[in-house]
Amino acid sequence: MILLTRKAEFSSAHYYWNDAWSQQENQRVFGKCANRNGHGHNYTLEVTVAGEVDPISGFVVDLKELKDILEREVVSVYDHRHLNLEVPEFATRIPTTENIAIAIWNRLDGKIPSAKLHRVRVYEMPDLFADYYGER
Amino acid sequence: MTDAPKAYLSRRYRVSASHRLHVEAYTPKQNRAAYGKCNNPHGHGHNYVVEVTVGGLVDDATGMVCNLAELDAFAQTNLLDRFDHMNLNTLEPFAALVPTTENFTIEVSRIFEQFPGAKLVRVRIEETANNSFEYPAEYPA
Repeated sequence: MILLTRKAEFSSAHYYWNDAWSQQENQRVFGKCANRNGHGHNYTLEVTVAGEVDPISGFVVDLKELKDILEREVVSVYDHRHLNLEVPEFATRIPTTENIAIAIWNRLDGKIPSAKLHRVRVYEMPDLFADYYGER
Repeated sequence: MTDAPKAYLSRRYRVSASHRLHVEAYTPKQNRAAYGKCNNPHGHGHNYVVEVTVGGLVDDATGMVCNLAELDAFAQTNLLDRFDHMNLNTLEPFAALVPTTENFTIEVSRIFEQFPGAKLVRVRIEETANNSFEYPAEYPA
């Protein structure tokens, strides 16, 4: 078994807001992230897959194919979009870094031929990132 | 049995500090042999990058493993205010312990185990761009 990681980037807007709470409570918990006009980040996505090396091709997965899957399933949906307003999974779920990692896992799980999804890591900025390994 | 997803949140903090690797149990020659230029008498310094990983169930109301502001406040009080721009050898944890980055990593891990907001999973410290240390070694928990 070997691990392989591919990166991708997307730039998106979001805000943190729980509709069940008052404005005051949202601002207390989320601080400036609760600003309703939103703000944005350059996210870096790292997708790690696990698999066996094909004895003929020497590949775990065709990187071009993995790149195309990330583009189709994630980047084309998230990039230059407002996550709360334009991406369906965040209509009812706050687009925190943790939830973005989980949502990307759910988008990719089962879609990568010949390899198993191992980890989704999302950097909101270089000093803050979330990991999801599919654990529930 | 819960269906909530378990995720990990990592935050990187920067600590600039000096240290000198020297132990009383060794002769001057042994100290020089073990630690080389790290044994120079007046110490030297690093821009440490301290990467703290906490893990837990993602709270449905907040979408978070823990509140980042709480983690940052804890780090400010317990990591940055204590260690940043300090000489590690002069600080209490290293009164009788050589401040290698191995020992610094274990000490920082002990500190963040006290963080009330989420369970510490791992501390990773980059001493330089070429050296990094992780404790505990098992990851994820």
